[in-house]
Amino acid sequence: MKDSLVVSSSPHIRHRDTTSGIMLDVIIALIPATVYGIIIFGISAAAVVCTCVLSAIVFEFLWNIILKKPQSVGDFSAIVTGLLLGLNLPPKTPLFVAAIGSFAAIIVVKQMFGGLGYNFVNPAIGARIVLLVSFPTAMASAGSYLEPISKLGVDTVSSATPLMLYGKEAAPSLKSLFFGMNSGAIGETSAFLLLLGGIYLVLRKVINPIIPVSFIGTVAVMTYLFSFNINETLYFVLSGGLFLGAIFMATDYVTSPTTNLGKLVFGIGCGLITFVIRKWGNLPEGVSYSIILMNILAPQIDKLTRRKPFGLPKEG
Amino acid sequence: MNKNLKTLTNGIITENPTLRLVLGTCPTLAVTTAAKNGIGMGLAATAVLICSNAAISLLRKVIPDKVRIPAFITIIAGFVSVVQMLVKAFAPSIDKSLGIFLPLIVVNCIILARAEMFASKNPVLPSILDGLGMGVGFTCTLTLMGMIRELLGNGTVFGLTVTANHITPMVIFLLPPGGFFVFGMLVAASNALAKRNGKKAVEHLGCETCPMASVCQKTNCTESEVKA
Repeated sequence: MKDSLVVSSSPHIRHRDTTSGIMLDVIIALIPATVYGIIIFGISAAAVVCTCVLSAIVFEFLWNIILKKPQSVGDFSAIVTGLLLGLNLPPKTPLFVAAIGSFAAIIVVKQMFGGLGYNFVNPAIGARIVLLVSFPTAMASAGSYLEPISKLGVDTVSSATPLMLYGKEAAPSLKSLFFGMNSGAIGETSAFLLLLGGIYLVLRKVINPIIPVSFIGTVAVMTYLFSFNINETLYFVLSGGLFLGAIFMATDYVTSPTTNLGKLVFGIGCGLITFVIRKWGNLPEGVSYSIILMNILAPQIDKLTRRKPFGLPKEG
Repeated sequence: MNKNLKTLTNGIITENPTLRLVLGTCPTLAVTTAAKNGIGMGLAATAVLICSNAAISLLRKVIPDKVRIPAFITIIAGFVSVVQMLVKAFAPSIDKSLGIFLPLIVVNCIILARAEMFASKNPVLPSILDGLGMGVGFTCTLTLMGMIRELLGNGTVFGLTVTANHITPMVIFLLPPGGFFVFGMLVAASNALAKRNGKKAVEHLGCETCPMASVCQKTNCTESEVKA
């Protein structure tokens, strides 16, 4: 009798959501942007994305083998991290740099802090920043970026990001920014396809729209307040890594707050820091740094926005 | 004599000031961007450590207990000034690369800690040996860390090109995040070494002091459970 009664702690309600199911949804949502990035930037972009994904899987696999831990490759989280990292890199990134990025993401940021669910910042963002600081020539010089294939033959100025081109002759039009006919990291160019992936994730209830909407909204409002120019506002919202970061990286469960109010604070904070770095910083893009800074604040935001249990006396 | 030898070697491995006692972290992280800086900083601190340990040990019966910290700092500051002038005169390039961290040896935790923990309680000879051992341990750690960071971040060791022509160095190792990373790795490595040698076994206090004693069914815990 004693053995047939199982006493377990809450929660007792089971849901069919699994880690691998959620990760698979994220991968599905990223496929359009990935395929599009490979089409417009060609074979070198494909090599970078494949290197990131494969090396992320290999590092995760080896870590579990060497430390005799249960194998966690099957939950697809390493694939998502590798894919996101690849989409954040310039199309001509040297492949060994991409592999070092996967090492930083999987081993340093994720596994050394305890594995999935314990990483203190988003692994892909952390790795991107490590690479950005370590290999400035490979990561941020115009030479590592490509113009989309359809534009070849047209005399254009090659630049790391359209963010630096605003107001100049070579600046892409709003339409080409929205559909992604401009240079940039492999997966960040097409706001339209990223938005499509984001809507899929919201409909599948994988992500909550509060963070992306408040993040992008804050950047839009701030840009408008400082320019009073709707054209400039749209230009800065659609260019750079804002959509990729806001939809796919800032919404990471582990490193974003759990309460709705907390998510709002998180999104607005990300938007403010992004705007401040873009406007006054000496870097062209601030999405990665804004997300990593807010990632670190997420536990504090959670603590301050925690809902009080009903009926308990107020804390003195 | 055997005891003196133990005092000397204590600081190099068993109680390595940076890796085992985690003292003097600030200069460790700040100056180890190159092996040369690490060795310069280490030797300067060693010189101060030996002299201040000797002086404080000699004066340990004269210094009143209530004002011992200001007295220690004054003595240390005197020796730091001497060392600073010597470095400025004979190794100006090291003085330039160490910058503010050379005068900051005055408030280096290792030196103050050894004065407080050792020199103020022991005779002169053991105090000098303790200062020498701790200084050598500090110098070795700083040099090792400087070599690793210089190799990975600049592709050179002691200014000699090793891998810079073949592999693009990772600049991050010369910056603060890389310093923290290398420092963490070295502390982890020294912990693993100490564990393997069985030097730092956790003391088993028994079930009386355990907060889980009332719910725990076992009468005897294994060593690994105690650590967890």
